[in-house]
Amino acid sequence: MPLFAPLSTVIWLPIIAGVLVLFTGSDRNAVLARWMALAGSIAGLLVALPLWTGFDRTEADMQFEEFHRWIETFNINYHLGIDGISLLLILLNCLTTVLVVIAGWKVIQARVSQYMASFLILSGMMNGVFSALDAALFYVFFEATLIPMFVIIGVWGGPNRVYAALKFFLYTLLGSLLTLVALIYLYNASGGSFSLLDYYVLPIPLTAQILIFVALFAAFAVKVPMWPVHTWLPDAHVEAPTGGSVVLAAIMLKLGAYGFIRLSLPIVPDASQHLAPFVIALSLIAVVYIGLVALVQADMKKLIAYSSIAHMGFVTLGIFIFNPHGLQGAVIQMVSHGFISGALFLCVGVLYDRLHSRQIADYGGVVNRMPVFAAFFMLFAMANAGLPGTSGFVGEFFVIMGTMSVNFWYTFAAATTLVFGAAYTLWMYKRVVFGAVANDKVAALSDIDRREFLVLGVLAIAVLCIGIYPKPLTDVLNVSVSTLLEQYAVTKL
Amino acid sequence: MNMMSVCLVAALAPLAGAITAGLFGRQIGRAGAHWVTIIGVALSMIASAIALRDVMDGNLFNGTVYTWATSGGMRFEIGFLIDELSATMMLVVTFVSLMVHIYTIGYMADDPGYQRFFSYISLFTFSMMMLVMSNNFLQLFFGWEAVGLVSYLLIGFWYTRPTAIYANLKAFLVNRVGDFGFILGIALVLVYFGSLDYGEVFALAPGKATERIGAEIGVQWPLITAICICLFIGAMGKSAQFPLHVWLPDSMEGPTPISALIHAATMVTAGIFMVARMSPLYELSETALSLILIIGAITALFMGLLGIVQNDIKRVVAYSTLSQLGYMTVALGASAYSVAIFHLMTHAFFKALLFLAAGSVIIGMHHDQDMRHMGGLRRRMPITWITSLIGSLALIGFPFFSGFYSKESIIEAVHLSKTPAAGLAWIAVTVGVFITALYSFRMYFLVFEGKPRFEVHGSSDAQHGDDAHAHHGPVDPHESPAVVWWPLVALAVPSIVVGAIAIGPLLFGGYFGDSLQVLSKHDVVGKIGEHFHGWLAMGLHGFATVPFWLAAAGVALAWYLYLRRPDIPAKIQSAVRPLYNLLDQKYYMDRFNDWFFAGGARSVGGGLWRFGDVGVIDGVLVNGSAKLVAWLAGVARKVQSGFVYHYAFMMIIGVFVLMTWWFLHL
Repeated sequence: MPLFAPLSTVIWLPIIAGVLVLFTGSDRNAVLARWMALAGSIAGLLVALPLWTGFDRTEADMQFEEFHRWIETFNINYHLGIDGISLLLILLNCLTTVLVVIAGWKVIQARVSQYMASFLILSGMMNGVFSALDAALFYVFFEATLIPMFVIIGVWGGPNRVYAALKFFLYTLLGSLLTLVALIYLYNASGGSFSLLDYYVLPIPLTAQILIFVALFAAFAVKVPMWPVHTWLPDAHVEAPTGGSVVLAAIMLKLGAYGFIRLSLPIVPDASQHLAPFVIALSLIAVVYIGLVALVQADMKKLIAYSSIAHMGFVTLGIFIFNPHGLQGAVIQMVSHGFISGALFLCVGVLYDRLHSRQIADYGGVVNRMPVFAAFFMLFAMANAGLPGTSGFVGEFFVIMGTMSVNFWYTFAAATTLVFGAAYTLWMYKRVVFGAVANDKVAALSDIDRREFLVLGVLAIAVLCIGIYPKPLTDVLNVSVSTLLEQYAVTKL
Repeated sequence: MNMMSVCLVAALAPLAGAITAGLFGRQIGRAGAHWVTIIGVALSMIASAIALRDVMDGNLFNGTVYTWATSGGMRFEIGFLIDELSATMMLVVTFVSLMVHIYTIGYMADDPGYQRFFSYISLFTFSMMMLVMSNNFLQLFFGWEAVGLVSYLLIGFWYTRPTAIYANLKAFLVNRVGDFGFILGIALVLVYFGSLDYGEVFALAPGKATERIGAEIGVQWPLITAICICLFIGAMGKSAQFPLHVWLPDSMEGPTPISALIHAATMVTAGIFMVARMSPLYELSETALSLILIIGAITALFMGLLGIVQNDIKRVVAYSTLSQLGYMTVALGASAYSVAIFHLMTHAFFKALLFLAAGSVIIGMHHDQDMRHMGGLRRRMPITWITSLIGSLALIGFPFFSGFYSKESIIEAVHLSKTPAAGLAWIAVTVGVFITALYSFRMYFLVFEGKPRFEVHGSSDAQHGDDAHAHHGPVDPHESPAVVWWPLVALAVPSIVVGAIAIGPLLFGGYFGDSLQVLSKHDVVGKIGEHFHGWLAMGLHGFATVPFWLAAAGVALAWYLYLRRPDIPAKIQSAVRPLYNLLDQKYYMDRFNDWFFAGGARSVGGGLWRFGDVGVIDGVLVNGSAKLVAWLAGVARKVQSGFVYHYAFMMIIGVFVLMTWWFLHL
């Protein structure tokens, strides 16, 4: 093993780097803060790479495990370990952090060190969520991520940022309080353990399972977000700075779906099975209802936010049909959505930085002035519409394939995304990018610079590579997915 | 060279050209862009020819390129299946594509998006090759969507035109409706066959002929029928069959070369190809075949009727394409898959020819596409004129021309078919012959014969191909440059001869081998073969058939109405105003779709948003609970008034309540 404790490193290195960036202080040292943040984020990505190369794709157990006693009174341990699902999300997170730092390079001119530090610290915490095997540790990281994002929206956000930040914070906090209750119940039921791996083999009666499921669901459904607890997301996105939107859509939403996979399914399998139709119904409502709502949005960021909800509906659908295609599709959809929604928010950011408007109506004919940008935007729009050859297709394809073996009508509703997804994405694209130059402001636009090209270029390559050759991803996932489904299949009554 | 290398060259050479021209267009310049893409497509055509020769020698090929993904113990692969069907399609696609590439040099000469255009059409060729060469449903869907993407990009090529960017969005969305059915079909195949590989699925198909989908997935349908209908919905989108045809006429907003390549010769025939490729499945479902017959018959007849009232030269050809696609679909429904592919092939040649000739006329007319402004062009554009005449004769099925052999075979096949609804389809395609002749020669007479209806421009220094803005001023039409007319000639040759040459081997010589499968009870082509005595006899006999006289009547009527007595059409028009309006408004389908589907989706979406999200969820639940908390806090604040007697009073009440409760429970 190349590093002594790779998981601790991917968690703590960005956090320490973030704290160091904070020490650069005021904006007189903004340049230093930026470069330090970039170095920190790149280092964070580099230390995550050994996880990919060293990951044993045939191993069913958790890998890179670390175990230290933490709070002995409550038997809480610093227990880390990952499977293929966590691995992909950690890599996605580390890469996104680098891009977000670069994207905020020029746009953020106030409190630069704090802005950059927030993202680095947030990145480390989310890696913590993805690698925690101790329920208390998971909960701490899960809740702690709220703070940097609350700050990011509240400080660098738009005019209505305080309302949005509070809504985001309270919505998600209220959901997760119930989780704590569930974890305390499990702690008692298991005779004083917070180990997730212990919970996996703990027999629980059905009523208790259902209560635990509901408690966990309250936290994770808000985070995903699932209909009808999704309304915090469009507000948060609209008010958040571009970088905040990117991380929110690309990584933070995945914490909820990851929670379903890591906690709900294996800990309370029977309740999951009992309540699956309910979750599936909500997922399909997300696909259809939200698809239609996205269509009428006048604000680009709101539209993409609604599109995120619809795409996350595919993720929860894939998880709760309990078969390999579905679950694997869900995870790939999470990764892919990370790249695509991140890229789309960056595209909107590129326009917003120039014109200071997110309204579709203020644009038109952008392609005449920004052809390179238009090409990137087209790629990401098509990926969002699930075009084969882009990553957007892979997840949707597997989820649709998996759903068909469960129910024809579920599949029917899910597949409407082919039409709705294309309709809202391309209609927006048409109104913003195509056409004759709409007004003087559009006429004065300049095409993307090298820095923007770099960020969008990296994402474009990722989107295409996954679309054309997703096998490296599925290789990492296969064993983890089947292990998880085996655990799920054993009743715990 | 082994077959795999040949296949890779055939597929990837156009892709390499597209990438080079697309990403490095500025560096390699205009000439560089057309050379690199033309070389790519030419290599692809050579490779296709080699593949076809190998197949003729009996060397079929089925191989995997790479494993795309694995899931649940299944492998999803990218691979090639080269048999008679795919090799034929490959050659047709690359040949037409090459002609269109060359033609584009002339047609797009002054367009600022020259490199981009070449990049797109090469990308299209790559996508189409992936589609026809696929050996599995996954890659088929890849190609299927990729050609849709390129079609979208090319219809909207002139992106500043509002009509173009409306048309490309419409085309993509209507196609997506078809793809919606298509992906459900693919999912059913995966679930019930456990594989997406053609070979494995087709091998298992006969054993599942009577299987029903169980209640376990919520429906109880015959399996094969459900799969076939779902897949056919995809074909209806791509091959523009009623009622998903609405995108094709609007797609004429794109530059003419792509109307020829994508919206006539190749992409729109992908649905026909797909059904033929799935013949082992479709043979097992009479219900699906009947549906195909009905849809094809409606398309063939009613879309042809619309061609009669169009004045835009490209739109006439577009409606003719719809109608001819209907003919191919009818052939599929009659289990005459080889005839459908035969008509697909002849149609690819003569329809690409007609489109490119129309494009040549449009160049001559300085991008005025209205036929009412044309007339008498035969002397000014002799090569365009003669090739157009050849194309038109092929289209109406004049004996010995290529279209005659294929169309005659379709009519014959439907006539012999015992599949339900075949009788209806036979009437539609027979009447369709008259309609085809009428609109084709209406166009021919309006454009090439009679007196010029345009104002002649004095000088000859007019700008050619001027970025496609219509000019209505004086024009001076004359023959287009060699890069434009040369492909016309190259397409005119097969438009004449390919029918006579190919009909014997293709339909009756067992050419397609096992790539097309027909049950003996559906084998209408075999029955036609019993009366087939060579192309010469068939051609001569062609002068004595009902369709011939119907076509002749159509031509004669067109001649009388549009050349001899051009005053009559206007009178007819005002005499049957409602009928004319019905045709002019395309059966009001566009309006209905705009109002019902596009408007409906927006209204529902807006309603859900305002009422559901903003009203109930945010208004009542989220902000409501915030208000509730504030209200409760307000109540609680009142309780804590700070006056001692309030607290004392509350304490007494409390004690009283507690004591009551305690006594009651004693």
